[in-house]
Amino acid sequence: MISTALTDLWYGFGVALEPHNVMWCFIGVLVGNMVGVLPGMGPLATISILLPLTFGIKPVGAILMLAGVMYGAQYGGAICSILLNLPCHPPHAVTCLDGFPMTKAGRGGAALGATVFASFVGASWGITEMIFLAPVLVRVAMEFGPAEICSLMLLGLLAGSTLARGSPVKGVAMTVLGLMLGIVGTDIETGSERFTFAMTHLDDGIELIALALGLFGIGEFMNSVNQVSTVNAKYAKVTLKDMRPSREEWRRTIGPMFRGTLVGSLCSLIPGTGPTIASFVAYATEKKLSKTPEKFGTGMIEGVVCPEAATHSSIQGDFIPTMSLGIPGDAVMALLLGALMIQGIVPGPQLIKEHPDIFWGLVASFWIGNIMLVLLNVPLIGVWVKLLTIPYKYLYPSAMFFACIGVYAANNDMFQVGEMAVIGFVGYVLLRLGFHPAPILLGFVLGPRFEENFRRAMLISRGDIMVFIERPISAVFIAMCVLLIGLQVYVRLRPKKPGDTVIPTAFEGAE
Amino acid sequence: MLVGNGYAFHKNTGGSALSTHHQHGPAGLVHRLVRKRDFYAGGLMILFGLLMSLKGPSYRLGTLMHMGPGFLPTALGVLLIALGVAIAAGSLTTADGEDEDILPENREWLAWACILCSPLAFMLFGNYFGMAPGTFACVFVASMGDRDAKLKNSLVLSSVVTVFGVALFSYILQIPMPVFTWRGL
Repeated sequence: MISTALTDLWYGFGVALEPHNVMWCFIGVLVGNMVGVLPGMGPLATISILLPLTFGIKPVGAILMLAGVMYGAQYGGAICSILLNLPCHPPHAVTCLDGFPMTKAGRGGAALGATVFASFVGASWGITEMIFLAPVLVRVAMEFGPAEICSLMLLGLLAGSTLARGSPVKGVAMTVLGLMLGIVGTDIETGSERFTFAMTHLDDGIELIALALGLFGIGEFMNSVNQVSTVNAKYAKVTLKDMRPSREEWRRTIGPMFRGTLVGSLCSLIPGTGPTIASFVAYATEKKLSKTPEKFGTGMIEGVVCPEAATHSSIQGDFIPTMSLGIPGDAVMALLLGALMIQGIVPGPQLIKEHPDIFWGLVASFWIGNIMLVLLNVPLIGVWVKLLTIPYKYLYPSAMFFACIGVYAANNDMFQVGEMAVIGFVGYVLLRLGFHPAPILLGFVLGPRFEENFRRAMLISRGDIMVFIERPISAVFIAMCVLLIGLQVYVRLRPKKPGDTVIPTAFEGAE
Repeated sequence: MLVGNGYAFHKNTGGSALSTHHQHGPAGLVHRLVRKRDFYAGGLMILFGLLMSLKGPSYRLGTLMHMGPGFLPTALGVLLIALGVAIAAGSLTTADGEDEDILPENREWLAWACILCSPLAFMLFGNYFGMAPGTFACVFVASMGDRDAKLKNSLVLSSVVTVFGVALFSYILQIPMPVFTWRGL
């Protein structure tokens, strides 16, 4: 098994090292890193803006570039939170707690250096996990019939919506809304047009890019316009020389780094627990294990590297269910899967077999991209610091233009620009009402496949709904769904203890 | 007195002056509800659910074995109504919070309008006059939403983005959209 994995990996490096693929990967991580540094631009908005640009590229190059944008943005987000105390992306919120005090104490460079290293270790472990786990999962998933696929999707949707931030009921409501939006357009089986309201532009369904940019672009701009406080770049003067942690700091980095990696990879195995939860859990664990927990929050390097290693290991781990089962764990993965679907590639267990170049090329490019990021971040840190000071008033109008032209370029259809504006408005209303729009994307991407498999399962079982609990594998998934709901109800009804960590409530409204 | 009190709360848009004030009876219940954010959140979900479950059956439901195109939308609609009711009812179980206001503290009506109008400006100008005027209008409208936006700054920003944008999208990426055109209104 190990030898086949290594052969496949070797093949993957062959694909990823083709000059044009290296180029796309480089462009991806560079742009991702750059935009990730900019305050107020998350990986979701970045990927959706860049998505239309990848239509002209071959599928392998496109997915390498988009994945590069994604983990590049995570590196950028760490810079933003350590140097400016701005948690641009939710996973980095805990990094601020100790990262910014370190910056104030003049050790910001060292914190960044250690973070880059820890992120690389975390990511490497996540990639290794992917190499060995994904083929195993695929072998199991090949046996799945429509009923199993349905229950698995149900589990993925439930986990994605209830374990994310905010109220679980609201999360599920957003998922249902997303499933609903996925239904709009022509029905594949009967050809009848559903919820198009006699608009022929909607016959092909709602455009993924318009949805993503509406929710995470326009909705987000409306949320942060004129709200962003002036950036405090007073301490953010970091040069290359500062980035080397001292010997003492190195010694304190090693343990937390591996613990964070472990936490991150465990979190990525549970569907729906993305990098945000991983980083919070890692920070809490490190604080508990520390001999001096009271010092956390005053600039402990342990509190910086542990969550960052967890974030990166969990991000890479999130690719496992996405690529091997076709079930994305969070909105970013859903968007990447949507990008594959736009390229005409059907996600699911057959992906690795039918498109080995995509899967193994992607795995290999993770390493290449991560090495590029380490090499990029060290010399370019001065440039990133300058970028941090770009005022929001110049940023969002430019981003608006990129969003408009991006949506237009997807299908050369002006109607979809308007679609984006309407979705953006609705998205902002939902945000103000305390909903997190991320599960909408999850439901939207999985919706059509869920309906198709549900219909097929019902047809095979002759309309017997019990088929979902009569087939053993499907029954396990359904049992896990019930367990998940039961757990949520238990957590909600249990009397609150003062020591509880407040993960979901601390960063409401962000993203 | 009770009703009057509740009404005053409803009108109090700042929300900070709210204190835990339990009222009983149906009128008190309604007045507690209308101040809750989740009440509106649930209501919106019920609205969406109603739309789906009422429109769904018109696409033919079919049977469980041979599902028609209307089956899933109707089922999802009913589910969404149930979730909406749960969200709205859940707002009663929490204490009367401080931040139950739907609108944020700073109301940026102008900025919101500008951001929403910016894609419309792009559509209008892009369609009738081409990519360059569309880009300019889009960025200009959006940038006017900033609180301390100045006409000159906005014009400069829009021009810069237009030059770069047209160069990138029209010449390098070859988006099939004329840079300048005249399609008469």
